[in-house]
Amino acid sequence: MNNKKDVKGFLEFVYEFYKSMKAHEITLVYEGEITHQITKAFTSLTESNMSKDDEPNSVQRKVFHVMVECLQNISKHADDFTSNDYLFSGRGIFLVSKGENEYSVTTGNAVENDKIEYLTELLENINKMDKEELKELYKKQMKEGRLSEKGGAGLGFIDIKRKTGKELEYHFLPISDDTSFFLLTSTISRSESEL
Amino acid sequence: METIKIQGTEDTPKIILDAENEVLEISGRSLPEDVSSFYEPVINWLNEYAEKPNKKTVLNFKLTYFNTASSKLLLDILMKLEELHEKGHDVLIRWHYPEDDEDMEEAGEEYADIVDVPFEQVAYS
Repeated sequence: MNNKKDVKGFLEFVYEFYKSMKAHEITLVYEGEITHQITKAFTSLTESNMSKDDEPNSVQRKVFHVMVECLQNISKHADDFTSNDYLFSGRGIFLVSKGENEYSVTTGNAVENDKIEYLTELLENINKMDKEELKELYKKQMKEGRLSEKGGAGLGFIDIKRKTGKELEYHFLPISDDTSFFLLTSTISRSESEL
Repeated sequence: METIKIQGTEDTPKIILDAENEVLEISGRSLPEDVSSFYEPVINWLNEYAEKPNKKTVLNFKLTYFNTASSKLLLDILMKLEELHEKGHDVLIRWHYPEDDEDMEEAGEEYADIVDVPFEQVAYS
């Protein structure tokens, strides 16, 4: 951005970016490394916004739950890379949007292609389970599962589905021959009766 | 026996393990950066306590939030108390939950299903 024209172009881009954030009702967006400090900062920011908006306690609690699990998924998994591409390790994109009827929490991070099948099966399996089945799976995983080196308990997706009662929507987009971008979005109803 | 007192923070619970005054409590929020190392002193304390427990052991949980990684460690703690109970000691878990928090109530019910130890649910406002 050495000359005026570039600066102007960039600032116009920022305005377009701002407009599209507004259009998609995005209240928080972040790209970069997801650390514990970031998790704490984002959850407390969203919490204070929700309490300013007089969001019911049950909705606040669910949004908090989903945010923590989504952020921890990235911080614990996004660096499982054998390729040492610094662009991807521990990093990702994180978005919170607030619509008239629901909140959504979306994450995106690079994954190696050989994980796609595993992730798809895991998510499909969780998505088709009903409340009782999810409860049994959670209990089983809690009893039999072991914490990974990074402290993952393998319970995050199950917990999100249980807390929101909604299917986890996901999508993989190709980055290269070996890697894809894994997008996941969870929605939390703002109406208490639906929770 | 040594007393453990840990002040609660925005991401770690308050913990009191005081055998002398018979106060065992875990309360607040639990999403520590490293769950295993955070709860390690608790597990160690319970192992030592199990060698010479009080006549009656009551552990109070009064959590407002815990993440999935913590849920696994909470189960480990409950299983320590289950062992104590299996050895014939008098053990009680009191699970306090905000009266409008069904998820926290259900979490207590689930733990009560998994571990074989007297379990009391207490709603508070």
